[in-house]
Amino acid sequence: MRYFARRLVHALVLLGALSFVSFLLLEAAPGDYFDEMRLNPEISDQTIARLRASYGLDRPLLVRYERWLRSTMHGQMGYSVAYNEPVWPILRVRARNTLVLAGTATALAWLAAIPFGILSAVKHDSLGDRIGGFVVSAVLAVPELVICLAMLVLALRTGWFPVGGMESAKIAGSSFWSRLGDTGYHLVLPALGLALITFPVMLRHVRSAMIESLESPFLRVARAHGIPRMRLLFRYALPAAANPLISLFSFSIGTMLSSSLLVEVVLSWPGLGPLLVESTLSRDLYVVVGGVMLSSMFVIGGSLLADLALFASDPRIRVRG
Amino acid sequence: MRYRNKLGAAVLFLMLIHGLALFAGFFAPYNFAEQTRDRPFAPPTRLHFVDDQGRTHLVPFVYDAADMSDSSLHAPVTRSLRPIQFLVRGTPYKIAGVFSANVHLFGVQEPARIFLFGTDALGRDQFSRFLYGAQISLMAGSLAAGLSVALGGALGAVAGFYGGHIDECVTRMTELFLAAPWLYLLLGVRAALPLHVPEWQSFVLLVGVLGLIGWARPARLVRGIVLSVKERQFVLAARGFGASDAHLLCRHVLPETYGVILTQFSILVPQYVLAEVTLTFFGVGVGEPVPSWGSLLSVLQQYSVLVSYWWMFIPAIFLVPIFFAYFQISDALQEHFQSVPL
Repeated sequence: MRYFARRLVHALVLLGALSFVSFLLLEAAPGDYFDEMRLNPEISDQTIARLRASYGLDRPLLVRYERWLRSTMHGQMGYSVAYNEPVWPILRVRARNTLVLAGTATALAWLAAIPFGILSAVKHDSLGDRIGGFVVSAVLAVPELVICLAMLVLALRTGWFPVGGMESAKIAGSSFWSRLGDTGYHLVLPALGLALITFPVMLRHVRSAMIESLESPFLRVARAHGIPRMRLLFRYALPAAANPLISLFSFSIGTMLSSSLLVEVVLSWPGLGPLLVESTLSRDLYVVVGGVMLSSMFVIGGSLLADLALFASDPRIRVRG
Repeated sequence: MRYRNKLGAAVLFLMLIHGLALFAGFFAPYNFAEQTRDRPFAPPTRLHFVDDQGRTHLVPFVYDAADMSDSSLHAPVTRSLRPIQFLVRGTPYKIAGVFSANVHLFGVQEPARIFLFGTDALGRDQFSRFLYGAQISLMAGSLAAGLSVALGGALGAVAGFYGGHIDECVTRMTELFLAAPWLYLLLGVRAALPLHVPEWQSFVLLVGVLGLIGWARPARLVRGIVLSVKERQFVLAARGFGASDAHLLCRHVLPETYGVILTQFSILVPQYVLAEVTLTFFGVGVGEPVPSWGSLLSVLQQYSVLVSYWWMFIPAIFLVPIFFAYFQISDALQEHFQSVPL
């Protein structure tokens, strides 16, 4: 348990450092949200100066950082100039949507990758495995952006799936279940796209981890004992392959969120991604900092979770730790 | 020797693509900014072998675009036939920004035009833009990957070799850079830099940002190797003979890391090419009128383009084999250097 307490403290320090570095970086940023206003001859310089002062943008870096920390303590994470409200409520909704999308896609990708990975590991170097391997590397070579665009075209051409947003416009008043179904329907396309993007990498890892565990001496012994094939696979080989797979999960969160950002932007899923792109373009810098911080929190939290899972699944770590 | 075959084919293909990009001016019939305003979103020009009279030609030809402005509908349309000419003189261009030339591989006589991939909203030739875009995208990818690897390699080597406070500092920095998802980090860093800049500056900016983002992983790997190598016998022996730190690093320690550095480079290049495409797609990358693969794809954000003009997808399709080759190379390298004991 002390190990986890230490990891937790470490994570918090990391987040603190990250936030400070982001502020340093933004200090170097030329211009701010009000730059566009400067071009408007009807707005005087005094007005802009007053506006900047009212948002505290004219204060020195350290003062702003201190203020930001304090507002983060109060659960606000600074103030968005573009939305004219605290950052956290905006981020919360978006982060929830991102998690829904990324979570569904992760589940889908794992559900597909584990059976296919086991299958190709059991029959590795067979013709089917070779063909599968080729198909997987071909899918891997399709840029993420192109996959997203292809999904979009599919939806627009066939009309099978709704495009954009999470809910139909007229659904607002109906019951919880029909709204859930509607959201699920909207989720199909982005989740499929994201799962397709992440699936090849996972499949490869499942395959190589399973091959390694299938070829290990203890499994040969188990086989020699006459343990049935299925039991051998799922009770002996798979748990032994769990360790690298859990580590893969913790590594893949960052990539997953990055791909998710792309999918969200192209398929207009109202997650963190479009918000971040929007606020980058409009220089709404507190939102950018908030988005980066939040996504890092997901990554750090995910790797903590993975460590817990490793602790639970791998006796070597349990005994040592 | 499957490794060599796989690697060889992929390297050959990529060299071909890079050659096409380098001599884009020669292979492209038009300049990337040359507009044919009366033909926006023209579909790919059809190449004919058989003319209206049923005669077969050896060299494919195109027809003049039917002139819509003054055609009376009742007049019989006579289309004039323009065979494709090879090594024609046309718009002047520069190879690698130095040598001037004006010979193009192929072209057709004015007023006919040849658009192999169709045209965009301003009537610019997509094929030419794809080739010129390759220059920007591939160069951005390679330069940024080189920057990342150089930076990461140097920091990692120094950290591993000297240890102590330097090591602590570098390790913490890598943690910081690995904490945020890379695309979020990329946008975050991009947000801190000026938005509206001239094209070449935005290119430099892009390469700098990409290069700075990805140094952490190579740094970690290099550090790990240096840590183990510096305790090896031959390094200790050299130290015993009084070799200086710099000599030890360059002559004995760093050569052991070349495999990892090469592998990381091969992994980073396609990743950065994609990153450039993504950033430009979002509108924070390389600006118009300079084409990059990202700006070729970004027109697909418009609904009308997406559903009406299928040929705007052609560049996207050509990206797939290119990335396939890149991934084959990085796979082969990874496999190779894993089996070689370090």
